[in-house]
Amino acid sequence: MFGAACLAYRRDLLLAFRHWGQVAQPLVFFVIVATLFPLALGPQLAELREIAGGTLWVAALLASLLGVELLFRADHADGTLEQMLLSGQPLAILVLAKGLAHWTVCGLPLVLLAPLVAAGLGAPPAANCTLMLSLALGTGILSALGAIGSALTLGLRRGSLLLGLLVLPLAMPSLIFGARAIDLAIHGDNARGPLLLLSAMLVLSVTLAPPAVAAALRISAE
Amino acid sequence: MNWTWFHKLASPPHAYRIAAGLLPWFAWPAGALILFGLYGGLVLAPADYQQGDAFRIVYVHAPSAWLSMMVYATMAVAAGIGLVWRIKLAHAVAAASAPVGASFTFLALATGAIWGKPMWGTWWVWDARLTSELILLFLYAGIMALRASIDDRDRADRAAAVLALVGVVNLPIIHYSVYWWNTLHQPATLTKIGKPSMAADMLWPLLAMLLGFTLFYGAILLVRLRAEILRRERDAAWLTTGLAR
Repeated sequence: MFGAACLAYRRDLLLAFRHWGQVAQPLVFFVIVATLFPLALGPQLAELREIAGGTLWVAALLASLLGVELLFRADHADGTLEQMLLSGQPLAILVLAKGLAHWTVCGLPLVLLAPLVAAGLGAPPAANCTLMLSLALGTGILSALGAIGSALTLGLRRGSLLLGLLVLPLAMPSLIFGARAIDLAIHGDNARGPLLLLSAMLVLSVTLAPPAVAAALRISAE
Repeated sequence: MNWTWFHKLASPPHAYRIAAGLLPWFAWPAGALILFGLYGGLVLAPADYQQGDAFRIVYVHAPSAWLSMMVYATMAVAAGIGLVWRIKLAHAVAAASAPVGASFTFLALATGAIWGKPMWGTWWVWDARLTSELILLFLYAGIMALRASIDDRDRADRAAAVLALVGVVNLPIIHYSVYWWNTLHQPATLTKIGKPSMAADMLWPLLAMLLGFTLFYGAILLVRLRAEILRRERDAAWLTTGLAR
């Protein structure tokens, strides 16, 4: 069971590394969205610092939405997904492995890139640790929620538009606490509370999302 | 135990007939209670000592808000039943409920805004309850959009059911996170309009309206369910013979 999960994880990583362009797209998107805010609101760093947490989180939310759309699409198109369904392995575990692989190539680089973007928004370097932790937990939650949406909209026309409609309302609680944590850290306060809540949400979504994704995949792949 | 009655209930022809039989039992009491509640609320109840006559919108606002959540719960239970036991009628109930629930949510938001303008001086505040109601509207929209964009009916039913159940798990999280978010950001200055225990002559029209709205939802659900059954079973033999007779 875990052997199959490891294989699925390795396969997805390999595929991602062979298509670097596709993997980099959400990251570039993340940076571009974060750039829009200073352009729209004015370049004063003191003001940007106030909205840095929210900006980072909204950008991360949209970028991960873009990335998660590709989670099952290629597998659905070339029949790998059907092989997975027929393999006799527990689908939820395979989905978990795929989600983890997706987070490794999509969420982790975003987390590593975030301090750079945050510096551009006037966030003090002291906040970097909280900021990365908040986004690391958050991108995990977003990958889990996005996987549900992605599995439900698999193979649909205009699926990407629908994906946003389905996933964004569900992602709002994590946005609240994630942005709040960064905000507290930027002001030099203790961000422990929101981070703990965010961790609880991550545990909940990683536990409950794989069975939901598996059910959705079975429905979509029929 | 004999389960024939249950299977009978879940079969479209019987459900179609039973829904028609039940309809007057919901529609007439609903109409009577709503008229009764409206008269009691708009005419008989005294004006509020703080809010004057503006408070009377509560007789539409509170029942709508209550139904926006109750319809979601109904829809999620129906979706769960349909998903687990593969009862198509349960999916039809869920499909018939979603637009009704979305309408009540919209009505609750709209009446809330109309109420908020004279009371708070603004159409909208980012109050916890308002925001979670708005997110509820988004959830309804997502479920309806997902159902509308899948052509295969069976797949649409089950995909919408999974989404409804995911939403049910998320609703408490959304509610409490929004609540904490608001209390974190600003002190509750205009969030809580004083909710004293209502005077009896203000309360009974409200209770009548609550019950009336709930029965109204039942009646609307029955009508919509019949339409949904017709749409789903339009090629079935029982329908053509039944209508020919």
